[in-house]
Amino acid sequence: MPDFLALDFMRQALFAALLVGIAAPLVGVFLVQRRLSLIGDGLGHVSLAGVAIGILTGSAPVLTALVLAALAAVAIELIRVRGRTSGDIALAVMFYGGIALGVVLISMSTASSPANLTAYLFGAILTTSASDLQVFALLAVVVLAVTVTLRPRLFAVANDEEYARATGLPVTALNLTLAILTAVTVVVSMRVVGLLLISALMIIPNASAQVLASSFRSSVRWAVLIGVLASIGGVVGSFYAGTPSGGTIVLVAIAIFLVATGGAALRTRFRARRHRRAEAHEHEHGPGCGHPSVPHGDHVDYVHDGHRHAPHGGHWDEHADPSLPTPDPDRATATQGEG
Amino acid sequence: MRVTDPVLTLRAASFGYGDVEVVSRVDLDIHAGEVVALLGPNGSGKSTLVKGVLGLDAHLAGEVELFGVPRDRFRDFTRLGYVPQRHSLSASVRATAAEIVEVGRLPHRPWWRPPTREDRRIVQDALDVVGLGDRAGEDVSTFSGGQQRRVLIARALASQPDVLVMDEPTAGVDAGNQRVLVDVLHRLVARGTTMVIVTHELEALEDLITRVVCLSGGRVDFDGTAPAYAAHCGVHSAGDDHHPHLTPAGPGIGRDTGVAGPFDTEHDDEVSPRA
Repeated sequence: MPDFLALDFMRQALFAALLVGIAAPLVGVFLVQRRLSLIGDGLGHVSLAGVAIGILTGSAPVLTALVLAALAAVAIELIRVRGRTSGDIALAVMFYGGIALGVVLISMSTASSPANLTAYLFGAILTTSASDLQVFALLAVVVLAVTVTLRPRLFAVANDEEYARATGLPVTALNLTLAILTAVTVVVSMRVVGLLLISALMIIPNASAQVLASSFRSSVRWAVLIGVLASIGGVVGSFYAGTPSGGTIVLVAIAIFLVATGGAALRTRFRARRHRRAEAHEHEHGPGCGHPSVPHGDHVDYVHDGHRHAPHGGHWDEHADPSLPTPDPDRATATQGEG
Repeated sequence: MRVTDPVLTLRAASFGYGDVEVVSRVDLDIHAGEVVALLGPNGSGKSTLVKGVLGLDAHLAGEVELFGVPRDRFRDFTRLGYVPQRHSLSASVRATAAEIVEVGRLPHRPWWRPPTREDRRIVQDALDVVGLGDRAGEDVSTFSGGQQRRVLIARALASQPDVLVMDEPTAGVDAGNQRVLVDVLHRLVARGTTMVIVTHELEALEDLITRVVCLSGGRVDFDGTAPAYAAHCGVHSAGDDHHPHLTPAGPGIGRDTGVAGPFDTEHDDEVSPRA
């Protein structure tokens, strides 16, 4: 057993990191899909005001942060629905107002110090109390259950809101649900990654997953895997290096992102060399198009004037000669790469 | 469903957005089995009419009935198959053709129930009908525009609708894909699918349609068969842009060449400003 597991607070920290590593990318994928990647950042700003109100009034900061973040999330969604051009300004006022109010209120409190503020802004998992951790665990489980259950509907609304509305899905209710899920995730994550960095853990694992996956389903799995690797790796790293957990987690996530995009770029270049594009033709191959079809690995080739055309994105590739007895399982050119 | 069953009934119906009335006092009856082309110049209100019926644009006045049920009490959304006008599917995240088409099954089940094997079979069938059955697992963002359009038709088919409502299904689609698309629509007509097709390209769909409704300035300007429409257009003098198609002067402008003609450029003119 690694020595850090012998410590009570490290076990707690790793458990919290695991929860956050799963929940943040799971909710974040819908924010990426809706091109609202920075909403989590804004909600983090607003949560700081919530934390400050909690500290000042002597009530639980987690609870006040949760209430304020949820209210802000609903307000953002309503502003977005109304689609006013001034909505952008309204969001800026809300976000900076939140962080400014938080800083001022915390400075007024006698119970807090600048170190305390830093802990909320950048994460200090090792100082989290056991009772807070229980609340976080409960909230994280709720976020996971709701997100997993509603995933097909959240996907539908984020993918094509107009179509979802036309088919009678409760679009506004689903969007508000996602807004509140985001707010809860921000608050759950604030002690682990910090309010200024939480958005990174929602978005960056998804950015890496988009590079590695070819379906929504698999991209969610990749994002959760990367999220957990980053959060656990970051906490362990911060233990040995003596660095703040939040920053370490985000740096690990970014390192994974760089490796993933670098690997994907190399793979694309490698495939581009092996990939032969067929002559352009107007004909659209498909089942029953008139050309004999030949199963080839994970796809179907169509025999076109004695050679094989395989679908590749919006065009056709040349594949092996159909007179060959067994097609070379040349999967590399068949799976998707550059378009 | 009997052939005479009403699918869509409009009585003095007006649609628009905000306070702007785009479609005014339209009367229209569409029955099961009809294949209706909804034509009209840019800004004539074709898309607004369709979106108003679907509840996407505001219903300002008059009566709208879907399958004999007033629009505001209509809940049987699976009977409507909507194919929106889209130039590309959102590419912000990965999504396979099957995952997009699966969305068409959602109105069929409560929010907490995962898809069944039957749902998956219907999704695969819908992709087979549009000729993309062997590409179900591929990321749609790599597809061509015409292939993406077929994915959207498959999504509508997956809800097993009684009427397909299509907004410009052939606009901006290359010739090869347009042929496949028209074949798909022929297959659906053979199955008895009722269709309302908003289009600029009547010529590509001529063999399919049983009726032409032409809007102008938000009012119905012509309602009859395709041959009668051709005759009606003949009445208008050459060079009159009012009826762009089937006139000797300009059949299928810009359709096969890929060059945008004057009537193929309409994309979002009827989209409301809040979109």
